[in-house]
Amino acid sequence: MEKALKKYSPIFVLPTLLAFTIGFIVPFFEGLYLSFCQFTTVKNAKWVGIGNYQRVFADEAFLHSFGFTVKYAVVAIVLINVIALCLALLLTRNMKGTNIFRTVFFMPNLIGGIVLGYIWQILINCVLSLVGQPLLALNSQAGYWGIIILTAWQQIGYMMIIYIAGLQNVPDDLIEAAQIDGATQWETFWKVKLPMIMSSITVCVFLTLTNSFKLFDQNLALTGGDPNHLTEMLALNIYQTFYARAGLQWKGLGQAKAVLFCLLVVVISFAQLKATRSKEVQQ
Amino acid sequence: MKKLLALLLAGAMALSMVACGSSEPAAPEAETGSVYYLNFKPEQNDAWQALAAAYTEETGVPVTVVTAASGEYETTLMAEMGKSEAPTLFQVNGPVGLANWTDYCYDLTGTEVLGQLTSDGFALKNGDAVAGIAYVVESYGIIANKALLAQAGYTPEDIKSFADLKAVAEDITARSSELGFAAFSSAGMDGSSDWRFKTHLANLPIYFEYQADGIGSTAAIKGTYLDNYRAMWDLYINNSTCDPAELAGKTGDDSRNEFLEGKAVFFQNGSWEYGSLSAVYADEDLVMLPIYFGVGDEANQGLCTGTENYWCVNSQAEQADIDATLAFMNWCVTSEKGTTAMANDMGFVIPFKAAVESPNLFVKQDVAYTAEGKTPVSWNFPTMPSEEWKNMVGSALTAYAADQTDDNWAVVVKNFVDGWAAEYALANG
Repeated sequence: MEKALKKYSPIFVLPTLLAFTIGFIVPFFEGLYLSFCQFTTVKNAKWVGIGNYQRVFADEAFLHSFGFTVKYAVVAIVLINVIALCLALLLTRNMKGTNIFRTVFFMPNLIGGIVLGYIWQILINCVLSLVGQPLLALNSQAGYWGIIILTAWQQIGYMMIIYIAGLQNVPDDLIEAAQIDGATQWETFWKVKLPMIMSSITVCVFLTLTNSFKLFDQNLALTGGDPNHLTEMLALNIYQTFYARAGLQWKGLGQAKAVLFCLLVVVISFAQLKATRSKEVQQ
Repeated sequence: MKKLLALLLAGAMALSMVACGSSEPAAPEAETGSVYYLNFKPEQNDAWQALAAAYTEETGVPVTVVTAASGEYETTLMAEMGKSEAPTLFQVNGPVGLANWTDYCYDLTGTEVLGQLTSDGFALKNGDAVAGIAYVVESYGIIANKALLAQAGYTPEDIKSFADLKAVAEDITARSSELGFAAFSSAGMDGSSDWRFKTHLANLPIYFEYQADGIGSTAAIKGTYLDNYRAMWDLYINNSTCDPAELAGKTGDDSRNEFLEGKAVFFQNGSWEYGSLSAVYADEDLVMLPIYFGVGDEANQGLCTGTENYWCVNSQAEQADIDATLAFMNWCVTSEKGTTAMANDMGFVIPFKAAVESPNLFVKQDVAYTAEGKTPVSWNFPTMPSEEWKNMVGSALTAYAADQTDDNWAVVVKNFVDGWAAEYALANG
């Protein structure tokens, strides 16, 4: 059977490979080419060299959106992972109603980002108007924390499930041995459970990191970049460059930003994977 | 078991291959050509579909009408233009929108439909070429509820200048608890409503400046009449149904509903609102007043009338399709069926010789004002340098509404004047 599988594997891979080529590889290289062009529609592009890339670095709104995204990502990654891990610890203690809690925490993840964005916009505006603060469209501080709260609320449940799975995989005999050796609860967590779930942490940090950099629909729906592009993140900035601007020079610029953005996400996630992988232990 | 699994996998694979090779859409008849119209106005979708079907029935030329979702026109157009079956008829919103599509606009010089225009001013020029033609003319102003105005003790004839409007509005505000309504419906600055102020109201300072300087567009606006803009904006936001700080979140629907429910006397909007307003109010209850601005000859000021809807023909389409599209356009604006549908079903006033009179009250008023010798205010916002400029002005207006200080107004002025120059340089540099 194994031999047969090996022999026919190209045939089994073919449909997926085809889909991957059509859906990813071809558009990626076409996009790379277009980032050196001036164009309105993709079939009608004129080569202009690296001019688009030079203009990216002169674009203050883009640089600001990069800074804003980093500020958001740092806080969101820490917040989401810490809270998700705490919830996972609480919900692996055989409490009553554990399953209900797990379901409830997981549910926000099932709602789309645009819908969530609008719901939270109403909620946050309501609160802001009650406490007499400027509304979201005028308040970049509220916008920043709004995006963090929204995405934390949305992603915590998902990360929690991954952590729960990791915690349940920690062998009972290890924990028992630690307890017999007189380890406190904290020591058991810090010295036994945490190293054992390092692989879950790698996955969760990877997911939250890439989600943070790619965040788009929540940003679009909640603040739309208001006020004055101050809460605009990278993906939204690229989208606005591409679609909200009229004129021949913008499409290529948006494309160049998108290529840089893709490289950035790839580099950062590889660096993170390398860093957390090195802390993983073999069971 | 293993065999079964292999069978299943093979089956799944075969299925996915079949899905890939789905049949090609039927090729259009190359000899007669066909028309693909990407429509901008969702409100008129049904009417366009019906008109297209009627044309196909009469001539046998297939006409496809696709309507882009509200606010998604550029995105849809960009995607559709990249396809092999691209739209043959599309629209741009004036010189700024044209910048994107200059390579795709067929030169309409010498076409029959161009000859049908009532005035050369409705052709959108790109150098010597005619890139687009306006197909609908609209008016906006301050829509007033006559019944409520009478309840407050005024008639539309009492309002002949900005000073009159201010006096009436402030009097209504002073007595609003007794009257039970406010002067203006909320000047919402949500994306669904902010264009009424960052684009349409902002047209007035630009119009008067162009008039004073005798120009039709500029690389650098001076902002001569921005104090009047501020006075008008103050009037709107401080005599309204809600606290100015809440305007940031108010939508176009909020504003319209307040007017429909009789919570406000005035509502700045245009002739396109007639459909929804006439569902509740009779014609004799409604009137559209010019937006008096405290500048120029107010006694002879008319409504703001113009267009930002221009038809363009895709120059990259097959010649047969281009010819079919030109014939369709001509039919729409000359045939009885076409002109009747555009006037009655779509509520349009079309700037063509064979136009049928529209039942739209506001349009009739515009005609009446002009007949009285009043000068309509032209639409100069197609010369605004970019969407980004409008957004910057809108954002500053919203911030000013929430906190009405001179410093915040200075930001509006800065975005209006400096932003114009910067965005103009970006767009044309």
